Amino acid sequence: MTSQVDQVKTAVRRPKKSQWDNRETMVAFLFLLPSLIGFIAFFLVPAVRGFWISLTDWDLLTEPEWVGLDNYRKLISDREFRNSLWVTLKYVLWNIPLQTALAVVIAVMMDRLTKSMVVRALLIVPWLMPNVIVAMLWLWLMDPGLGLINSVWEGMGFEGWGFLGNIDQAIPSIAVINIWRHVGYTALLIFAGLQTIPQSLYEAASIDGATELRSFWHVTIPLLRPVLAFVLITSLIGSFQIFDTVAVTTGGGPINATEVINMLIFERAFERFDMGYATTVANALFVMLVGISLIQLRLFNADESDY
Amino acid sequence: MNAQNSNKLNLGRIAMWILMIIILFLTLFPFWWVLRTALTTQGLIFENTTSLAPVGFTWDNFARVLGLVDTSEALAAGGSGQSINFFRFLMNSFVFSTIITVFQVAFSTMAAYAFARLRFPGRDAIFLLYVSALMVPGIVTLIPNFVMIRGIGQWLAEFNDQIAGSYGLLMGQMVAPYFFMTPFAVFFLRQFFLGLNREVEEAARIDGANYFRVFWNVALPMSRPPVVTLGIITFINSWNEYLWPLIVGRDESVRVLTVALNIFRSSQPSGVPDWTGLMAGTALAIIPVLLIYMFVSRQVIDSIQFTGFK
Repeated sequence: MTSQVDQVKTAVRRPKKSQWDNRETMVAFLFLLPSLIGFIAFFLVPAVRGFWISLTDWDLLTEPEWVGLDNYRKLISDREFRNSLWVTLKYVLWNIPLQTALAVVIAVMMDRLTKSMVVRALLIVPWLMPNVIVAMLWLWLMDPGLGLINSVWEGMGFEGWGFLGNIDQAIPSIAVINIWRHVGYTALLIFAGLQTIPQSLYEAASIDGATELRSFWHVTIPLLRPVLAFVLITSLIGSFQIFDTVAVTTGGGPINATEVINMLIFERAFERFDMGYATTVANALFVMLVGISLIQLRLFNADESDY
Repeated sequence: MNAQNSNKLNLGRIAMWILMIIILFLTLFPFWWVLRTALTTQGLIFENTTSLAPVGFTWDNFARVLGLVDTSEALAAGGSGQSINFFRFLMNSFVFSTIITVFQVAFSTMAAYAFARLRFPGRDAIFLLYVSALMVPGIVTLIPNFVMIRGIGQWLAEFNDQIAGSYGLLMGQMVAPYFFMTPFAVFFLRQFFLGLNREVEEAARIDGANYFRVFWNVALPMSRPPVVTLGIITFINSWNEYLWPLIVGRDESVRVLTVALNIFRSSQPSGVPDWTGLMAGTALAIIPVLLIYMFVSRQVIDSIQFTGFK
């Protein structure tokens, strides 16, 4: 939008639009040059090359061998790939609803209770920490034998959890770890959205006799839709790409119970050196993520903002 | 909010405050647990597992991970005999993040300015390409980038065997993909430049300043806040980076903190891991981030709230 307006403005100011100012073009490309080098070398060419590699059988040591669409055929019938899809989906379903709901609650509480910078600053501290550090910290808290959580839990007379070593509890445990890291950050994004809702709307609702809860459902949530859509899309896309936490805590185990898509790609590429198949899975992930964002944009009509 | 049912509201507010305090406690308490464990004597890790204070207070674990104690002493103290030269990894993380931040922000600022202010053929098409790269997950370009970086490394090593395995080459391989730009950085700053009043720049042009002077002396001074903000975000992201340094920077001379900590953990003999040492390392990794954050928390918060409104 803005760029179009700018173009129109400049076009009006300089009537001879077709006659390029050579100096300006030269300067522009000088400004652009470093970023163009980086973009071509590390984004554009690798994206194209990634597709090409996926059409080959290649172990990095010998020459790549052209196999056409074989890797993609293999993908469809590969049980490990299907397992990783399912595991990732399970993780996303544990992570996103809990995290988003909790973030909305925290954001609304901040909005009603305190605009204190200190509270906001403290809530996002976990998000500043490297994933590896966060994973290490929780690995210790969740240690079945010596960790704090089981020590307290068993002290109260319950049976201890298996956490990351248990097939059924590993994915929820990883979800808890990442919710801890991200919920403050997500709450802050939603809080920022809440600030754009005019106070007068709440007052009007309250004069009409609406309770706090009713004005939350009928004023806050509808007006928050664009922000929620943004938060959901970005956190979902991030969630599907989970890697660091899994790599540190379980390495995909126990018995592939946490073998998420990125873990599968990593193992295929850097442990088995099956570059062709690894890039095939990566490309499949890319296509799925584009699909998910398009569906979500449709569902939320995020492009049709309400204000 | 309304006066007539302030009693009910007060109860609600008290409940919300209690919930808020619980959430803040859950957010911050784990950090204390890291420190508490790091200050606990290694041999006493089995005792008083719920004690809020360190059991047998000691600085030994920090000395151990900083390489200040030699291995035999560590063994005598009931340790695993593992040592980790944490100080070197801390420096590597610092070098890695600083190089990326300085160059990426500088180059991205220049590119963003060109997209926002200068007219040249293909501008919108190139910008659209940059923006579409925002959609591509990191793992897609990771493998081809690894193959290319490895190839360049091998080629340089054949060319001159002094370069092979040198700090410069290894660090160069690690920073390369982040060095020139990220689509997000260019996008973020272009948005800012578009919102900047261009009259001042045009006045400077009319007064005879060339494009470089306008950029350097007029536009750049006005863009300090967003450039600083981007710098902070870039630094934190680089500091947290794990996967790329793991595959190209395993060598001890360039190993960064995140990679080093996990290698330290997974190289432990089976049985009970060296939790006190690990938590000392973890604490040391947390402290620099917290120190920087204390000074820039305001900018970090503002930038997060800003990115929500793209």
